[in-house]
Amino acid sequence: MSYTFRRRLGAAALIVAFFALWEVLCLALGVSDLIVPRPSQIFATLVERFPVLIPHIVQTLWTTMIGFGLGVVVGVAIGALIGTSRTAYDTCYPLLIGFSSIPKVAVVPIFVLWFGAGPIPAVLTALVMCFFPIVVNIATGLATTEPELEDVLKSLGASKLDLLLNVGLPRTMPFFFASLKIAATFAFVGTVLAETVASNKGIGNVMMSASSNFDVPLVFAGLFILAFLGVALYVLFSLVEGRVVGWANRRSDIAST
Amino acid sequence: MDFHLQDTTAERNAVVLSQASVAFGDTQALQPTDLRIPEGEFLALVGPSGCGKSTILRLASGLLKPSSGAVIVGGREVAAKALRIGMAFQNPTLLPWLTIEKNVMLPLKIVQPFRQKFRAKKRGEYRDRVHALLDDVGLSKFANHYPWQLSGGMLQRANLCRALIHEPSLLLLDEPFGALDQFTREELWGTMQDLWQKRRPTVILVTHDLKEAGFLGTRICVMCARPGRIIDDSPVDFPRPRTVAMTFEPDFVALNQRLRERIIAARSET
Repeated sequence: MSYTFRRRLGAAALIVAFFALWEVLCLALGVSDLIVPRPSQIFATLVERFPVLIPHIVQTLWTTMIGFGLGVVVGVAIGALIGTSRTAYDTCYPLLIGFSSIPKVAVVPIFVLWFGAGPIPAVLTALVMCFFPIVVNIATGLATTEPELEDVLKSLGASKLDLLLNVGLPRTMPFFFASLKIAATFAFVGTVLAETVASNKGIGNVMMSASSNFDVPLVFAGLFILAFLGVALYVLFSLVEGRVVGWANRRSDIAST
Repeated sequence: MDFHLQDTTAERNAVVLSQASVAFGDTQALQPTDLRIPEGEFLALVGPSGCGKSTILRLASGLLKPSSGAVIVGGREVAAKALRIGMAFQNPTLLPWLTIEKNVMLPLKIVQPFRQKFRAKKRGEYRDRVHALLDDVGLSKFANHYPWQLSGGMLQRANLCRALIHEPSLLLLDEPFGALDQFTREELWGTMQDLWQKRRPTVILVTHDLKEAGFLGTRICVMCARPGRIIDDSPVDFPRPRTVAMTFEPDFVALNQRLRERIIAARSET
């Protein structure tokens, strides 16, 4: 039995055990499904209501993906700027820190004021939630380029763009993918946040209305869907990461064989 | 005028420093210095750290402007873009995401005139060129390996290849063998000598190893710190190819000893 297989088996066993324990504890302690529904109840709700939930899932997914996509574009642009220019770094960083420390719940009402309830505030909230980790990681990755290598290439007449394309960006890729995994989950948080405040569609909205109807199994079903979407996105980026920046992990592959 | 013409034809200089000095703030890194390096020469700059060896190297590369005086490389005053120079440092800085072949090919992607035809030739002519060079340094079997699969000595061989692939007329080496163990280092001296004899670029080698300077150089300039200056300039005319065994012969040892004493004397003066 291979090492990878045993590792996966362990992870799967823990997930199953977690739900089993939850189920058993709820039954043994007689917890009301108004407080914590059992996983079997949640699963039943999920299956039963799934056709009704599909448009909401789609809504949450596409607003998140657009917000996330824009966040990546903005994040990479700002990160590349402040990572390659010391002046830009010194000038922009204080403002960026200030901006990123604002709790994002606080900006949702402003977006709603500007654009009305609907998908636009959700997209924008996802964007502002997720671009900052990308900025920081891109800037850090670019700043770690060896000065000797820069000298070697500059003495060949390399332009700043040559350096960025041939050295800076490839070197940044591991940092970039690490940040994408964080940013993707953040984007979901942003979307759901905006949907709970002001929207008539989306998983966040479903959970809000379900909780006001005391439909607790549906609230938990919403949580499960969000967790599933988050994991799916994480897995997707891990796969792409393995293809693009395998060079950064080769050392550990060797160590484990 | 006539004299000028004669001067350039009789002995063309790859690098000329005329009263070039470098100051960083109040510290004089290099006091006004005259230095002529004829084409095809292998100049070794030796001296303790902080003596301005690397400063002269950076001046020749065009990455650093002199605070006063002039630096002329290849007959022209150094511009911001000094082209067709090869450089190698102690840290091999190969890119971890590229194979050795692609790492060595990188300068062809950047420097003119190779750059224009890079797309068309990278799988044909340029690839053959890289393989020929890797073959010269004994790395042909490792062309498709990644840098982390190679030892320190092999990485440094690949680094030398990267510095030479575009056939630079000027090769600048900043302690390229400094981080290697003694046996690997002596092996690489041999490799470097072969490369130089085959291609005859002008080389400036910065080192603090007198033995290395004597093995490789056609000429040794000894430098001293505070302020950085050249205190000795000697030709080295041992026959080539030189061997490590030759470094233990009386003439070689005597040269080493004389240069050592110059450095020690200069250090005690300041």
